[in-house]
Amino acid sequence: MRQLLILFSAVILLALPAQAGPVQDILQDHSALITKSSRKTIQPAIDALANSNLPQAQIVLQTWQGKDMWLRIEDGLFFRGNTLPSKAIQLIDFDSGEAAGEADKKALKQLKPNSGVRALIGTALVQFQLIDPDPARRAEALAAIERAPDASTLLPLRASIEGETDLGLKARKIRTERLQTISFDPDEAARIAALDAIKGDLGVDVRAALNPVLTTKRMVFAGDPPADMNIARRLKPGADELTDKQAYDLIVAANLGAPRLTPDALRTAMVNNAADGMVGGVPVAELNTQAARERAYAGLVTAGVVAAAVTDAEAAKAVRAHRFVDVYDEPSQAVTDAASATLDAIETKVALNQALDLGLDALSLGSIYFLAAIGLAITFGVMGVINMAHGEFIMMGAYTGYVVQQIIPNYTVSIIVAIPMAFVVTFAAGVAMERLVIRWLYSRPLETLLATFGISIALQQIAKNIFGTQARPLTSPGWLDGAWVLNDVVSISYIRIAIFVLALIFLGFFLFLMKKTRLGLETRAVTQNPRMAASMGINPDRVNMLTFGLGSGIAGIAGVAIGLYAKVTSELGADYIVQSFMTVVVGGVGNIWGTLLGAGMIGGLQKGIEWLNPSNTLAAQTYMIIFIIVFIQFRPRGIIALKGRAAGD
Amino acid sequence: MKNSFLMRNPSILIFLGLLALFTLAVTLMSEATGAGLISTSFVKTLGKTLCLCLIAIAMDLVWGYTGILSLGHFAFFGLGGYMIGMWLMYERTRQIVETSLANAEIPPTAQEVVDAIGSQIFGVVGSSDFPAVWAFADSLTMQLVLVVAVPGVLALVFGWLAFRSRVTGVYLSILTQAMTLALALYLFQNDSGLRGNNGLSGLQNLPGADAIPQSVVSIWFFWASALALGLSYILAAFIVSGKFGSVIRGIRDDEARVRFLGYSVEGYKLFIFVITAMISGIAGALYYPQAGIINPAEIAPIASIYLAVWVAIGGRGRLYGAVIGAAVVSLVSTWFTGGQVPDLPLGGYTLKWVDWWQVLLGLSFVLVTLFAPKGIGGLIDLLDGIRSPNRHGAALGPDSGSLQEREARE
Amino acid sequence: MNYLKSTLAGALALGTLSLPAAAAEDTIKIGVLHSLSGTMAISETTLKDTMLMLIDEQNAKGGVLGKQLEAVVVDPASDWPLFAEKARELLTVQDVDVMFGCWTSVSRKSVLPVIEELNGLLFYPVQYEGEESSKNVFYTGAAPNQQAIPATDYFLEELGVEKFALLGTDYVYPRTTNNILESYLKGKGIAEDDIFVNYTPFGHSDWSKIVADVVALGADGKKVGVISTINGDANIGFYKELAAAGISADDIPVVAFSVGEEELSGLDTANLVGHLAAWNYFQSAESEMNDEFVAAWKAKMGDERVTNDPMEAHFIGFNMWVNAVEAAGTTEVDAVSAAMIGQEYPNLTGGTSVMLPNHHLAKPVLIGEIQDDGQFDIISQTTEVPGDAWTDFLPESAVLKSDWKDLGCGMYNTETESCVQIKSNY
Repeated sequence: MRQLLILFSAVILLALPAQAGPVQDILQDHSALITKSSRKTIQPAIDALANSNLPQAQIVLQTWQGKDMWLRIEDGLFFRGNTLPSKAIQLIDFDSGEAAGEADKKALKQLKPNSGVRALIGTALVQFQLIDPDPARRAEALAAIERAPDASTLLPLRASIEGETDLGLKARKIRTERLQTISFDPDEAARIAALDAIKGDLGVDVRAALNPVLTTKRMVFAGDPPADMNIARRLKPGADELTDKQAYDLIVAANLGAPRLTPDALRTAMVNNAADGMVGGVPVAELNTQAARERAYAGLVTAGVVAAAVTDAEAAKAVRAHRFVDVYDEPSQAVTDAASATLDAIETKVALNQALDLGLDALSLGSIYFLAAIGLAITFGVMGVINMAHGEFIMMGAYTGYVVQQIIPNYTVSIIVAIPMAFVVTFAAGVAMERLVIRWLYSRPLETLLATFGISIALQQIAKNIFGTQARPLTSPGWLDGAWVLNDVVSISYIRIAIFVLALIFLGFFLFLMKKTRLGLETRAVTQNPRMAASMGINPDRVNMLTFGLGSGIAGIAGVAIGLYAKVTSELGADYIVQSFMTVVVGGVGNIWGTLLGAGMIGGLQKGIEWLNPSNTLAAQTYMIIFIIVFIQFRPRGIIALKGRAAGD
Repeated sequence: MKNSFLMRNPSILIFLGLLALFTLAVTLMSEATGAGLISTSFVKTLGKTLCLCLIAIAMDLVWGYTGILSLGHFAFFGLGGYMIGMWLMYERTRQIVETSLANAEIPPTAQEVVDAIGSQIFGVVGSSDFPAVWAFADSLTMQLVLVVAVPGVLALVFGWLAFRSRVTGVYLSILTQAMTLALALYLFQNDSGLRGNNGLSGLQNLPGADAIPQSVVSIWFFWASALALGLSYILAAFIVSGKFGSVIRGIRDDEARVRFLGYSVEGYKLFIFVITAMISGIAGALYYPQAGIINPAEIAPIASIYLAVWVAIGGRGRLYGAVIGAAVVSLVSTWFTGGQVPDLPLGGYTLKWVDWWQVLLGLSFVLVTLFAPKGIGGLIDLLDGIRSPNRHGAALGPDSGSLQEREARE
Repeated sequence: MNYLKSTLAGALALGTLSLPAAAAEDTIKIGVLHSLSGTMAISETTLKDTMLMLIDEQNAKGGVLGKQLEAVVVDPASDWPLFAEKARELLTVQDVDVMFGCWTSVSRKSVLPVIEELNGLLFYPVQYEGEESSKNVFYTGAAPNQQAIPATDYFLEELGVEKFALLGTDYVYPRTTNNILESYLKGKGIAEDDIFVNYTPFGHSDWSKIVADVVALGADGKKVGVISTINGDANIGFYKELAAAGISADDIPVVAFSVGEEELSGLDTANLVGHLAAWNYFQSAESEMNDEFVAAWKAKMGDERVTNDPMEAHFIGFNMWVNAVEAAGTTEVDAVSAAMIGQEYPNLTGGTSVMLPNHHLAKPVLIGEIQDDGQFDIISQTTEVPGDAWTDFLPESAVLKSDWKDLGCGMYNTETESCVQIKSNY
């Protein structure tokens, strides 16, 4: 589209009479700035182009912004460059729009404005692009305004609303215009009107426009503050907001009092005034306690060498004698009142929405844990087999997804193929493991743990040997990119929604399988009493094998999902194994609803702790595990404990 | 009494004799005290292996004899290391700081010295204040007490909670695993005050012993480890012999029956859990000054699982089995991962042991569990014919094994 | 030959055989101490291969001092205590003349006491948190003022960022770097409230809440920028979440210090175009030497392999060591260390690196934008910045300096004019 447009403009330019090169002249005037472009210095060059009233200005700026401008090193002239299939660059003169020959890359220098400079160019382009016939260009201009609000764009924006034909763009323009009005319009009434109009808007940009209006400065005055100040609030020293110490520091910072004597300052005074092994009448060798140093300082004060330190009483008196206030930077009280009213209303809504967002995150994390644990809920929960290699089945599923993607390049098709493939691969692996190892150990659960742990480290190392230690890409199809955005606060990525849906499907599948199918019935029978089941004509070996394979197969599918949202490495499974076991144990072994509750609880808990302490995610995981340990002390059989005979032991 | 105790446990004398011979041999071959046939780094490896044997004995007591599969004993091991490490770091840094501050114009206050030590130790992790856990770091005696006290108290609290609510079997294993994971994650945080991921380092440099070469220090620690191993072996043998030993083995085989007989099962379990935690702490305190650095990765759950594997391979329920398992697996593991085992050409593919050792190790666990539940120690039975009489039908394991056996007979 | 060598080495290490290998006399041994297994193998295996390539090339040129070079590769298996053990083995059993190795800071700190005790020589190729200068280590990676500070300046000056999110994995490098940056930003007039810090565990994968937190930072109308010291695999989840949330580099730019070509090969970069990374080297650097280096690497390892910054650090470090050995006429550590200071070698990105008396390099700083092919478009390149062992932006460190040439001290207090300690701080 853009290329087309450039071409189109170039055709128009061709029709114009060839000029002597005014654009090139401007570029040459600012050559030094342009070649060594920095956001701090580039403005004159951009202004010169933007204000030149030349018809080519827009194209030059767009070319520059798009990193398509090249400098011919031999004569220092600027051109628009097209990369030809031969890797050479076709040069196009800015003034005439005509081709100016080809050149090798080595003879040229590509101008790569950094994104700060590109944003400035974008702002300069606004005046051209806002009324551009192409709606895409207009949207681009609008985006440039939203990204870098600037007083200069308010009037062109306001003027362009009238003639806007695209309804979506018009709405965006009106909204942006309001935000710009709040920030830059000198007219108080217009600002207040705009403030009223945006009430309840949850956008981050709205808050971004409101907050700067409400910034305050903390100030200290010897008497009452001047009457014409727009005061946000008065502070009482000694309260939580402002401790006495902070208050005195403010006084010192405002040059209204002398600084207190810090231990460092005391030490410096000692060092500076040491003479003949004595400081203020105290021998230097004795200055190894704070008390001795203070004594020496007192001696120095008596000798008149240093000024007396401010005492606590003096400091307290000074704090009482001063007034402390927060003052708005914005002088108009009407505006700040309106803004804080609007902001308060928004903040309440934001807080609610944040809670909702946190809930969604917790739900999503819970569903990931559930997905990782559901296979285990079958093998461990129903059959009672401790499978430490469960994580490695998840990993095998993820690698299967990766391999399928190498063979089938179409992401959608490859995922559709990968999911059953992962099931087949891990089902087979699970059956093989059950036949070869686990069936011999049904009576020795702790030894199953060890044997499967051995399998786990062997599988992990085999994966490393085959796929290397580097993480492998497993890319989700395009339709899973992006996020479902409810508003600027609440959003959740589609991939997480997909995982949630997958978890629900598995829950349904599990319930159906266990309650409605023959295999489920047989599984339950074999788990409760294998001998009795066998005498009823059920083959326990076969049932165990199938059930175990099924649990492993589900782990494989979970692997594809987890690989899509995170990473595919040989350690992928190990990251989930402890959590998965805890999910099953916390929920209550042998009950899928318990596993669901367990996953939900762990996910919710972790997000809750993260919310309390946002700067340390590791702490959240630590405290979550400690909570689980304590929880199990009180409910050793989990949230939903099986009762009666089903409880086995 | 003592005589009869030793008489009843001939393995103690054999073990102690072999340990003494081994120590003597290493001493005579080392660089510091002998012919220099084995390098200092290998003396350190051997010393560390002895510490691993020590914790393996603890693991055997708690799992092989009492039937509690603890997957968290490396947490106690690590805590012991941290406790001694704190003193080593503090003291070494204090000496450096005091020498350097002695050049200052005016003598430093006590607070300034502590602050300077703090910024030396914690400067690495972007902090300078001493956290509360370092309160006793300036006293060797206190830290030595803490080497056993901290693991002991943690084991006491954790064990009391867990045994009281009758968490058993696999659940207990997962719970102990969660405990060590929580501790590792906690220590990983910089805010924990133990230097986060960096841990405590430079532990091989003993404060005030700069002049003594590492070859000598390494042999000291080797002796200390051998001594600790010998003493703990006697202690462990003493615990498992006699009535106490019978009770804990009873708990392993059928907890409910022992309880019905009127024994306080929880008390016995708690005692074993705490005493093994303390032994682990001592092992850790001897191990990490030889390793030179301790950090949270050391106590990740996987380490404790390996510990269980060593004991399983060596042979549960016999103390020398645990020692053999720990020594053999960790030394063989060092040998294979050291890249010193020749590659194995297999026609079109060259088998690199660095890559395939883990696979071999993993599969060998499986084979041992399936075919040799008694581990390497079982071979010794075959050798001298003291194979225990076959009292029950199937080779069923501890804990719920006996329950299953009863079912099988019904 | 390999078979024989490793058998002998193994036998030696186990102490069962004390005869020196006869072949050892006429070669110069170079220890390569990089993890080939465990979590760090991802990054470090590449460096081992780089060293082998450089050693082969040097041998093809005739070796050093007329002797052939022999690489002794060991595997510390991402196990930090094992690094110390292997270093001791290399120095005492294998008698190597120099070591190239380590990646994480903790592995370096583990090795330090050993090499200082045995007077070994280590070249450390990775960007790190500074606050260290050992007599026995040459730091060929970037110190914070060669990576973090210029990148932050770029954010402040060029992108006009006013509010910073410092996201890092919870270990030493991010902690110290973020500490330095916080102090630096406050010095630049950024308020404490405008700096958001978050630490996540290694391999973290659940990023949605953190990304949402970062977006919410924009609510007070200041431009937000993210400085990421997130390590390794965790980056994949982070960038995926960033892309899913639709955060473009124009809205919230992210500059990463630990994401290079190698890490990007694990994900689809189409949605990440325009986000930044700061390094001393990018594969896309345009110079003839770089073209040769990249071609040699691809010829050795395969076409899909990429080059990265620590590889260049080894390239410079190794060549400087070769020149220093030639200049000193011996491989003896003290002589080589003395000859190292002042060594110059051309960078792959153009210009010349110089080894400073504080054992750090003067190197140019590059900032690149991620492109959709997983490579970086270099948009800013400074002149050579001298590496600073002790940062100027933390009060305790500002008074310290390192000078092994004139002062003979790595931790010299300029206020009291005394050497705090000769051995380094570990």
